[in-house]
Amino acid sequence: MKSGEKGKRILIYIGLIFWLIIDLFPVYWMFTFSLKNNEEIFGNNIIGLPKHWLWSNYTSALNTGHMSLYFLNSTIVAVATIVITLAVALMGTFALTRMVWKGRKTLNKFFMLGLTIPIHASIVPVYVTLSRLHLLNTYWALIIPYSAFSLSMAILVCTGFMNEIPRELDEAACIDGCSIWGIFFRIIVPMMKPAVATVGIYTFLQCWNELMFANIFISKTELKTLPVGVQALSGQYTTDWGPIGAALVLATFPTLLVYIFLSKSIQDSFAAGAIKG
Amino acid sequence: MKKIYSNKLHILIFLLPALILFCGVLIAPLGASFYYSFFKWDGMGPKTFLGFQNYKELFSSNAIGFMKALRNSLLLALFSVVLQLPLALGLALTLGKKIKGERVFLSVYFMPVLISTVVIGQLWLKIYNPDYGILNVALRSMGLESLTRIWLGDKKVALAAVFVPTLWQYVGYHMLLLYAGVKSVPVELREAAMLDGATDGQVNRYIVLPYIKPILRVSVIFAITGSLKSFDLIYVLTNGGPLHATEVPSTLMINMLFKRNRYGMGSAIAVMLILLCFAFALLINAIFRGED
Repeated sequence: MKSGEKGKRILIYIGLIFWLIIDLFPVYWMFTFSLKNNEEIFGNNIIGLPKHWLWSNYTSALNTGHMSLYFLNSTIVAVATIVITLAVALMGTFALTRMVWKGRKTLNKFFMLGLTIPIHASIVPVYVTLSRLHLLNTYWALIIPYSAFSLSMAILVCTGFMNEIPRELDEAACIDGCSIWGIFFRIIVPMMKPAVATVGIYTFLQCWNELMFANIFISKTELKTLPVGVQALSGQYTTDWGPIGAALVLATFPTLLVYIFLSKSIQDSFAAGAIKG
Repeated sequence: MKKIYSNKLHILIFLLPALILFCGVLIAPLGASFYYSFFKWDGMGPKTFLGFQNYKELFSSNAIGFMKALRNSLLLALFSVVLQLPLALGLALTLGKKIKGERVFLSVYFMPVLISTVVIGQLWLKIYNPDYGILNVALRSMGLESLTRIWLGDKKVALAAVFVPTLWQYVGYHMLLLYAGVKSVPVELREAAMLDGATDGQVNRYIVLPYIKPILRVSVIFAITGSLKSFDLIYVLTNGGPLHATEVPSTLMINMLFKRNRYGMGSAIAVMLILLCFAFALLINAIFRGED
C-alpha cells in the first residue's frame, strides 16, 4: 500500500516535469540560437549553449531590423490604450454602479456583449472608416480599436471592484460637500487601484501581442508594432536565423521579466476575466 | 446624495465616452458588416446589391474553399476539446492537491500564454524547418529518417502541425482557469469525502468536477470559439496553405479583403464567424444546463 502510493507520487512528478520541459525547451532553444551563428544552429551545436556568444545578432535585430523602433511603437500604443480604456471604463462603471437611473442593468448587459464579439466582426467597417478619416498609418488606428475591444472586460472587472467600495464613503463625502467629481476623483478612483492593475495587465498583453489589426491598419515601417515588425524582420533575414532569434527574444523578454516578478497578479488578471465572464 | 446621483446630465457625461467608443467601434460596425455582406464591393467604387448571393457562393463554391476552412476550424475545435482540455484538466487536478513546487509548475505552464503568438509562430517555423529544424534533426538522429516530413508543406499533416503550437500555447491558459476552480472547492467537502473512504479519483469525479462545472463550461466555450476565430498562428505558419489544407475562415476573410478586394464577400465571412461563435456559445450553455 505505502510503496504503491510512493510509486504513484513519483509517476505524477515525472509527468509534471515532462510537461515542464515541453514548455521550457522551445524557449530555451530560442534564447540559445539567438546567440549563435548559422554554423552552430545548422549543424555542429544544435541544442547546446552557444560556443561563441554572438551578441552581434542583437545589434543586427535592433538596428538593421528596426526592433528598437517597433518596441517603442508597441509601448506607445499599449500605454495609450491602457490610459484610455481605464479612464472610459472607470467613468462608465461609476455611472453603471453608483448612480441611480432606469435601465442601468440593461446597459451593463449591453456592454457585456463585447466579451463575445470577435474583432473580425468589425474589421471591414473600421478599416473603411479609418481610411476615410485618413487615420490609417497613425497610432490612433490601433489605439481606438484596441481601447474599444478592451472596454467590456475593463467594465466587468471595475464593476466587481467598485461594488465592494462601501457606499457610506460616498455619503460621508457628500455630507462634507463633495461634488460628483469630488466623489469620483477623491473617493472612488483612489480605491480602484487593484482594478486598475488587473485591467492594465490584461489590456497591455492584448495590445502587445495583437496581430490582425496591426498588420492591416499599419503599413509604414516607422509605425509598425512588435508582432508585425517581427514578421517583417523574419522575411528580411530568411536564411540568417541568429538575428531572427534575437528579435524573438527581444519581443518576449520584457513580458517574461515582468512575469517573473508579478506572476501571481498576472495570473489573477487572466483568471478574473474568464471566470466572471 | 440621491440628488447628486440621479442628475441626468451627470449620468450622461459619465457614460458618454464608453457609449461612443463601444457603439462606434463594436456595435455600428457589426451592423455595417452585415449590410456590406449583401453587396459586391471593392471598398472604394459603387456597391452593387446582390441579396444573398455572397452567402450562396460561400457555401457552394469550391474555388473559395469556405467549407474546407469551416471544416478545418471545426477540426481544430474538436482537437482542442478532446486533447487540450483533458490535458489542462489533468494538470489542474494534479496541481490542485498540494504538490510540492505547485507555484513553480503553475507559473511555467502558464508562461506560453504571455508570449506573442507571432513569436511562437516564428519559433515553431524554425522547429518545423525541414532541413535544420530540431524536430527533423531529432528524428534523424534517432534513426527515424522515415518519419521526417516537410511538416507545414505536407497537406496530410499540416493541420496537425499547426495544432501542436496552439496546444502548446493554450494548455496553460485552460489549466489556470480550471486550477482556480479546483482551488475554490471547500476543504471540508474534500475532507468529508476522504473520511468516508473516497479515493483520489472518486473525490475528483464526484466532488471536484461537479463543483467546477461552470468553469469547465467557460473553458469549452473559449476552446471552441477560439478555434473558430484562430488567425495569428496560422497566418504566421502557413497562411492557410498548402492548397487550403490549413485554411480557416479568418485567413480566408483577410485574403478576400486585402488580396482580392472583395469587401462584400469578406464581410459575409465575418458575419458567418460571428453567427457561429454565438451559436456555439448558446449550444454549449444549453448542453451544460441540460445536464443538471
